[in-house]
Amino acid sequence: MTKSIYGAVSDWRNDFDHADPAYNENAHEIWQSLRGECPMAHTKRYGGAWLPLSYEMIRAIAYDTEHFSSDGIIVGSDRPIVPRPIGSAPPITSDPPFHNQARRILLPPFSSKRIALLEKSIRELCQELLNSLDLKESNLTFDASNQYARHIPLNVIVKMLGLPKGDSELLFSFIKAILEDVNLTPEQLVENRNRLDSYLDIQIEDHRKNPRDDLISYLVNTTIDGEPLDEQHIRGAIGLMFIAGVDTTWSMIGSSIWHLASHPEDLKKLIQFPDLIDSAVEEFLRAYAPVTMARLVKEDFDFFGHQLKKDDWVLVPYPAANRDPAAFENADTVQLDRKINRHAAFGLGIHRCIGSNLARLELKIAIEEFIKYFPVFELANPSEVKWSSGQIRGPRKLDIRILSRQ
Amino acid sequence: MTKHLTTPLFLKIDKSKCQGHNRCYLICPELIDVDDFGMAKIITNNAIPENLLEKAQLAVQNCPEFAILITESPD
Repeated sequence: MTKSIYGAVSDWRNDFDHADPAYNENAHEIWQSLRGECPMAHTKRYGGAWLPLSYEMIRAIAYDTEHFSSDGIIVGSDRPIVPRPIGSAPPITSDPPFHNQARRILLPPFSSKRIALLEKSIRELCQELLNSLDLKESNLTFDASNQYARHIPLNVIVKMLGLPKGDSELLFSFIKAILEDVNLTPEQLVENRNRLDSYLDIQIEDHRKNPRDDLISYLVNTTIDGEPLDEQHIRGAIGLMFIAGVDTTWSMIGSSIWHLASHPEDLKKLIQFPDLIDSAVEEFLRAYAPVTMARLVKEDFDFFGHQLKKDDWVLVPYPAANRDPAAFENADTVQLDRKINRHAAFGLGIHRCIGSNLARLELKIAIEEFIKYFPVFELANPSEVKWSSGQIRGPRKLDIRILSRQ
Repeated sequence: MTKHLTTPLFLKIDKSKCQGHNRCYLICPELIDVDDFGMAKIITNNAIPENLLEKAQLAVQNCPEFAILITESPD
């Protein structure tokens, strides 16, 4: 069993740890309290890291590629070792000007019109998952995180990329290793990344031998200025798409179901007014945004009165920005019919989430189908809901008791 | 015939700010389209029809990048 090299947190302002299990579980309270007192917390863990809490600061970091680099985006006990400009997962780990070249390769396959074509197959997938729950009258409880939410984005991205369908559990183990196991020794972190790289190399090789109509073959055949992509570029982009494409939407679907299970008035409202779904989806994205990004400080400088040092980590908690009362009215209240909602769930600036159209569609259909099958449900064990650890926040155990079936 | 406002108003997108969130396209596809890279574009140079003004305003108010505005100038 692997174990964190850091201890439990007692002082969130001066010694925070985003991978401490208490962090995601109590995120909203922690952010609110820190926003009032700092609004930028610090820790010596991970070789030094900062946690800004105001929308203004978070926005400023997202736009400032002069002082903040995307070389590293997952705060861990080591520092990134994959050379620039590609980095470990382009374009999310790339800075300008290379970033734009890498980004333009991935944007078209994820454009809203291309993604809209997937609606029917995503709906069928959700229905299949719900049908296969096979609930008995004697036991109408199931884990909506593991038996429903997580399979939706994984199935979709596995098909888009052209990865073997039977590798689901292996892929989940890579995702956990990269996103959650950030507080192990640097040697263990390297080992985890190597394991993923070896797997991806096998998949790329297979696509070179047997080209097909999927995103891995697309990357293998893509060129920049007439040259094929570097091996690390292909490997990193595939890793990015399946890691960033799964944990995030899995979290978002789970958090939305968690909200509806614990707020029966909102569930009733959504059942009664199905047209609310679009604004409800944006509101869930605002209130339960799963993704905190990170940057590395390029050089010593003063940021809002804080002395940042070269190679310090800076977390970019978009979910906290979304709950800043200076930027949103009644920021801590979920309002399914919120009309004005400039949320930053998909990031701000040049690194806006490439998969946002896909995530939004998956989330919308996942909620629609779930409440169609189960118009009334509740949390079976509110105190036993388990949240993820690390930069992606969402429920990882979510027992739901069905009170009424379609 | 499309009814226009007494003072004609126009939607504008600042292409240097647009990052392709597609929020405006979801809210007001009657006036805004997106390209393969997610970049928003105004469909016509005509003034905003009165019946679409509210949607156009929501497109402006929901842009995470503050890249859209409504102006009185058609240019």
